[in-house]
Amino acid sequence: MTLDQLEPGDFAFIIDVAAEPALRARIEAMGLRVGKEVKVIRRARAGGPLQVRVGLTDLIIRPVQARMIHVAATRGAPP
Amino acid sequence: MKTLAIVGLPNTGKSTFFNRITGASAKVGNWPGITVELYSARIILGAEAVEVVDLPGIYNLHGFSEDEKVARRFLEQTPLHLLAVIVNATQLDRQLGLALQAKELGIPMVLLVNMQDEARRLGIEIDRERLEAELDTPVVMMSAKHGAGLDDARRVLMERLHTARETRANPQVFERDDAIAARLDDLYNRTVTQPRNLSDGLTDRIDRVLLHPRFGLPLFFLAMLLVFEAVYTLGAPVQEGVAWLLGHAREMYLDEVTKHWGTAWRSFALDGAFDGAATVLSFVPIIVLFFVFMGILEDSGYLSRAAFLMDAFMSRLGLDGRAFVMQLMGFGCNVPALMGTRVMRSRGLRLLTMLMIPFSLCSARLQVFVFLTTAIFSPTVAPLVLFSLYVASFGAGFLTALLYRRGLRNTEPLLLELPPYRFPTGRQMLLRGWQETSHFLREAGPLIMLGVILVWFLTHYPFDAAPASAETLAGRIATVFAPVFQPIGIDSLLTVALLFGFVAKEVVLGALAVIYGVGQDNLASVVATRIDGIQAYSFMLFVLIYTPCLSTVAVLKQESRSWSFTALAIAWPLVLAWVVSFVFYRVATWIV
Repeated sequence: MTLDQLEPGDFAFIIDVAAEPALRARIEAMGLRVGKEVKVIRRARAGGPLQVRVGLTDLIIRPVQARMIHVAATRGAPP
Repeated sequence: MKTLAIVGLPNTGKSTFFNRITGASAKVGNWPGITVELYSARIILGAEAVEVVDLPGIYNLHGFSEDEKVARRFLEQTPLHLLAVIVNATQLDRQLGLALQAKELGIPMVLLVNMQDEARRLGIEIDRERLEAELDTPVVMMSAKHGAGLDDARRVLMERLHTARETRANPQVFERDDAIAARLDDLYNRTVTQPRNLSDGLTDRIDRVLLHPRFGLPLFFLAMLLVFEAVYTLGAPVQEGVAWLLGHAREMYLDEVTKHWGTAWRSFALDGAFDGAATVLSFVPIIVLFFVFMGILEDSGYLSRAAFLMDAFMSRLGLDGRAFVMQLMGFGCNVPALMGTRVMRSRGLRLLTMLMIPFSLCSARLQVFVFLTTAIFSPTVAPLVLFSLYVASFGAGFLTALLYRRGLRNTEPLLLELPPYRFPTGRQMLLRGWQETSHFLREAGPLIMLGVILVWFLTHYPFDAAPASAETLAGRIATVFAPVFQPIGIDSLLTVALLFGFVAKEVVLGALAVIYGVGQDNLASVVATRIDGIQAYSFMLFVLIYTPCLSTVAVLKQESRSWSFTALAIAWPLVLAWVVSFVFYRVATWIV
């Protein structure tokens, strides 16, 4: 599944960032790297951006770009 | 002279540090091979004269957005003595990556770990000596905002600069930044210890309210209203004070000095040059206040939240939420709002926003509309007329964005950091206000002066004719353009007023008084007999939409650095204004 399919409160591991190289480098520089765990904090209404937390950084990302990030949802995630 | 460049990710306090070590001496300057101007300053560090350059924030050396490419080109082409890399102590898990890449460039380097106060509060422990050994680079812990560790930073920079030789960056490093991921995790794990639960509880609690699904947007509009009121309510009396001072200077001093000059020279000095300077100066209080409050919005972290809240709507227009904030601020005055678009890094996004802002019904236009609506419409209708003009203002802005979003494409994805809420410091905000103001005076000032003098010439030449009368150049231009303005119900007298309005929209009223040959006090009753409601509304639509005022044009040029974009920003509103007024006037006269 992809990052945009997660609900607020969900945790997931990033398994792939499927973007062209320059955009991929930017996404990774923001902390969204393969192997990192991300948490969805909230989603804006009406198809707006997602707020996600990865490591020590909170980010907002549009659904278009979130769709490029493939994740594996983790259950029983740490608090 | 030695050269020191400062690099770092956006939002790491890079510019704060730059301002701290250079004072207010920074200037924008040109560099060979680079089209964008960079902030730099010459300072003395110990026994060395040093040129310090503040590069645009970068996420990696590869360069994705336009100003990242600027930083890359600078690093590729300019030999440096020293590179100071600034990182945010609370985000070393990803920011140390830049330090690893920069290290490979082969340029002597110093790592400045900023915001150590925040890291300490979060319980993040950084092993400075270990980091120094792993990177084989001096590491300084500091807080640029509060000034802690700055002396250390200065000392280390000084020591390194003393021995450093001018070095060119290794050109192969820029393309290969993928290999650092594993090294980054490794370095982080060996040098930083972080507590298990790291979220900033206070920020989370505030966000739960300010980003609330239902109350977030109303709170955003409330916040905007408060900032708007603060800037323009505080600004108005200061502006009046400046105007009063200038008026006095004119009466007490200039009138006397120019007494024996010829009519033409005297008129040039008073109505041309002096009024030009007065126009430029009248913006200073608003620009300072605007940047103080924008500083609060930006540095506190709320501007990114505004982007989150408004993005669903604005992304459909090819814009983002920050564009909406600037559009709203434009309702006070377009000039600072245009300058505020600098927070956007994508050039397409910035230009599109800058094309949209001049349609915001600013307070200068409001003066004209309040006057005309009360003079011509009944008290029950007048507020509705005014309201409809606000609707037209938003409509014109959004329509423009829709039409031009393909041409001025936003190439950057919305990937914004939501920083924890922070208290901005007064020092930073005042410094920013000062820098922006001096930039405006230097860049836009001369252009505004020139424009005012040009309009003065058009409306006063030949000098034996009555100003703004049909015999002047302006009057003749109005006659030539009569076939264009007749179809939208604007007669040649009103056309001359439009010409005046180019200087500043509030001048339209004074111009009408001159043109009709009446005092400002009688203007309302005279106007009411000369033009009917439909004509007046068509005129107001035109004043709302047509070519932005001279100062706005000067700032459009200052910010875009492009004459062709500036020409578009002048021509497009003119065309749109004519079409809108035409459609309205034809339909309205056909119905009535």
